[in-house]
Amino acid sequence: MSWIRIAPTVDIPVREGRSVRIGTESVAIFNTGNGFLALENRCPHGGGPLADGIVGGSTVTCPLHNWRICLKSGQVERPCETESPGVRTFRTRVEDGIVMLSTDDLRAAPQAA
Amino acid sequence: MKKLVVVGNGMAGVACVEQILKYRHDFDITIFGDETHVNYNRILLSSVLAGEKSADDIVLNDIDWYRTNGITPRFGVRITDVDSQQQTLTGSDGSVTSFDRLILATGSRALVPPIPGVDKKNVFVFRTLDDTRELLERSRPGCKAVVIGGGLLGLEAARGLQVQGCDVTVVHLANTLMERQLDSTGGMYLARKMENLGVRVLLGRQTQALLGNGRVEGLQFVSGESLDADLVVIAAGIRPNVDLGRSAGLEVGRGIVVNDHMETSHPNIFAVGECTEHRGQLFGLVAPLLEQGKVLAATITGNRGPVFSGSTPATKLKIMGVDVFSAGSTSEAEPGVEAIRYEDPSLGVYKRLLLKDNRLHGIILVGDASDDRRYSDWLKNSTDLAPHRRHLLFPPPAADAGLDVAQMPDGETVCGCLGVTKGEIIDAVHQYGICTLGQLKDRTRASTGCGSCTKLCGELLKAVAPDFEDEKQKVLCQCVPFPQEKLRDIVRSQKLKSVQEVLDIYGNGRGCEVCKPALSYIVDMVWCGDHDEDRSARFINDRVHANIQKDGTFSVVPRMRGGVTTPAELRKIADVADKYNVPMVKVTGSQRIDLLGVKKEDLPAIWSELGMPSGQAYAKGVRMVKTCVGSQFCRFGTQDSITAGVELETRLENLYTPHKFKAAVVGCPRNCAEATVKDVGLVGQDGSWQVVVGGAAGKGVRKADLLVTVETTELALEAAELFFQYYRENANYLERTYDFVERTGIEKVRRDTVYALPDVKQALLSRLRKSKDKSYDAWLERLAPRPTQFVEIKPMEAMTV
Repeated sequence: MSWIRIAPTVDIPVREGRSVRIGTESVAIFNTGNGFLALENRCPHGGGPLADGIVGGSTVTCPLHNWRICLKSGQVERPCETESPGVRTFRTRVEDGIVMLSTDDLRAAPQAA
Repeated sequence: MKKLVVVGNGMAGVACVEQILKYRHDFDITIFGDETHVNYNRILLSSVLAGEKSADDIVLNDIDWYRTNGITPRFGVRITDVDSQQQTLTGSDGSVTSFDRLILATGSRALVPPIPGVDKKNVFVFRTLDDTRELLERSRPGCKAVVIGGGLLGLEAARGLQVQGCDVTVVHLANTLMERQLDSTGGMYLARKMENLGVRVLLGRQTQALLGNGRVEGLQFVSGESLDADLVVIAAGIRPNVDLGRSAGLEVGRGIVVNDHMETSHPNIFAVGECTEHRGQLFGLVAPLLEQGKVLAATITGNRGPVFSGSTPATKLKIMGVDVFSAGSTSEAEPGVEAIRYEDPSLGVYKRLLLKDNRLHGIILVGDASDDRRYSDWLKNSTDLAPHRRHLLFPPPAADAGLDVAQMPDGETVCGCLGVTKGEIIDAVHQYGICTLGQLKDRTRASTGCGSCTKLCGELLKAVAPDFEDEKQKVLCQCVPFPQEKLRDIVRSQKLKSVQEVLDIYGNGRGCEVCKPALSYIVDMVWCGDHDEDRSARFINDRVHANIQKDGTFSVVPRMRGGVTTPAELRKIADVADKYNVPMVKVTGSQRIDLLGVKKEDLPAIWSELGMPSGQAYAKGVRMVKTCVGSQFCRFGTQDSITAGVELETRLENLYTPHKFKAAVVGCPRNCAEATVKDVGLVGQDGSWQVVVGGAAGKGVRKADLLVTVETTELALEAAELFFQYYRENANYLERTYDFVERTGIEKVRRDTVYALPDVKQALLSRLRKSKDKSYDAWLERLAPRPTQFVEIKPMEAMTV
């Protein structure tokens, strides 16, 4: 698997998220305190910036209408009766204090129009 | 008159005297106490140590009580000898006192095991108010404190010392904390709770010696391990004080032996409280001691009849956030006993009920003791639990809840005192949309008499009201399941300064978008801005000081105090809007200008170029003070509303509130700036100001209530400030003033603010000043932003496709 280097870990404070643009894709990277998790930065509900949400454990709540997304699976946890698809997730890795994203996962992206 | 002497000025002795006073008697009463204090509530000493209460708060009988009841208090005198033949007592001061009747209420003392080194300096017991004061004096942040004994008292002492900043370890001989009250699983849950609070727990450790040269420096365990300590508290149990019983020649076992009438083996000597032994049992909890006092009062006043028949032990740990309740038997091994268990490791809840012949035999609750009353009742009354077997550990399922009330006809009276029928209550619920018991009381007066129908009213409401809210169940959220009022208390008394501390100690450690912003507000308000700010617990608006829009862009509203601006400011705003291609510039309803559609990355530069302070239009905080033109220009103006409005805004700006806070000042009752639908409004009239509060023009419209009418602008501003701080301290997060004022009642608001005692008002104002001193214009964070606060991260390398 190949990786690209994104940013020093200190650039993403504990229990916060930051957005990063890679090509046309906006990715939200979160520091849960137990590691880094990355998602498509686009709430499946209204397109809200998930990177700006409040992190609780391993979920994030979208700042626009409080949809809650699991950071590990990308699935919508609330509202639970929704049939909305989740968001894409990207594998992360930390090496020498740098957060990296899986290029395979990024390439697998059906590039947003 | 007969001389009645009570030896012991503690809870049991004095409670017994209180009972004696209820009878017709001819006693001349003297009470001896070896402590120098009036009677206080010993059970609450741990709350004093934990800073939740002061020494004054726990006084049970003040000196006036002794005086008005004609009781001679002899404090600081220890009785050293009883001559039961001559019926005299000798005191440590050499005095000799004769008696006709004697009550020994000598209580117990801390058991200090014979460990070498217990006489070293900084080794304490935790039994009296003086012990507590000494511990408070010695405990300092960083001080290494060790508590020997993991029973009720030891754990409470440990928590108290930890709140004082000590680094605390509890050392316990047994392998289970509170092993006399809990089983091993319950003890494990409790140990985990204590560890989560930050108290270290060492089990199965026998202390061999206390180390140190003069002053204690550590502990040596039998196992060979050792532990550093600057301070040691011994809480290894209590022993009844029986010496006087012996010197009087009474029958003494482990305690002074009493019969069911609290009589000892001497006809004129009685005993009550922890010093007694009844049917082979000793007592250390308050309920049976008060019961004993009642029985003895009857016996000694010539009304011999009532009997004390022992008690079922029941224990409740008094550590905020650590619920532990235990009652009855704890032994599962008895024949015929069956155990019913429930546990949830992530919530830290463990419940175990022991049943014998379908009746409750023992209760253990850890982590959730909310049902202790129901279980205690079952235990006390030996209730046949056969019909409850399916939901012993849970309240009955919701579907059953309406059954009892459904069987009542509409005409049946629910509240006998006020004569309210079931039908009337249902009508009221439908007509006024009542959903809490409080509202029901207000509308129908039901349950405001003797109160015995409160439960029935609650059930009826639950069955009928579509939006029923159980008042006591209104917790902030499941992450940290306490009502906000309790959380404010917890933060204050447990000295918690960050959101994460509250979540770690009292919650699930994770938090969510509901509790995090609320807790952020609470720690900021309680510590007047002197808290540990955690931006991750803030909503995005409060991280970047701008209001997020539907497309992820932000809006920028600079402060424009009183809605007054200048050509220069307007030019700057226009220049910024041009330069950054701001898609929309809009005049708001708050007499300010909104720049909409700004990118997060541009925020710091825009603020800098505007050179104006933040208008907090994104925050649960002070928005604006809207003004009319007032006496400066208006033909009808009676007061200078612009000057007063700008001053009010200047005094309150940069502060945060439970919900947004909007104010207005108008110069005459024509009310051009709509002051009567604002959170606070100042309405000028000829020679005075009306200060109005709790107005609304949002989802609902509510005319503000008159708080007070005052003659000077300064007094009007002060009244507004008093209300403002009162709202900050007492409203729940996301509760607007109009809901807060309705919930509290304007009369109470007035009593607690403008009509409060001068020192109460001063205290409110000084906390406001303290918060104000700590506050700052959030847009100045552009000068020293947090790491990547406003930026989108640029990847360190490009991806090759």
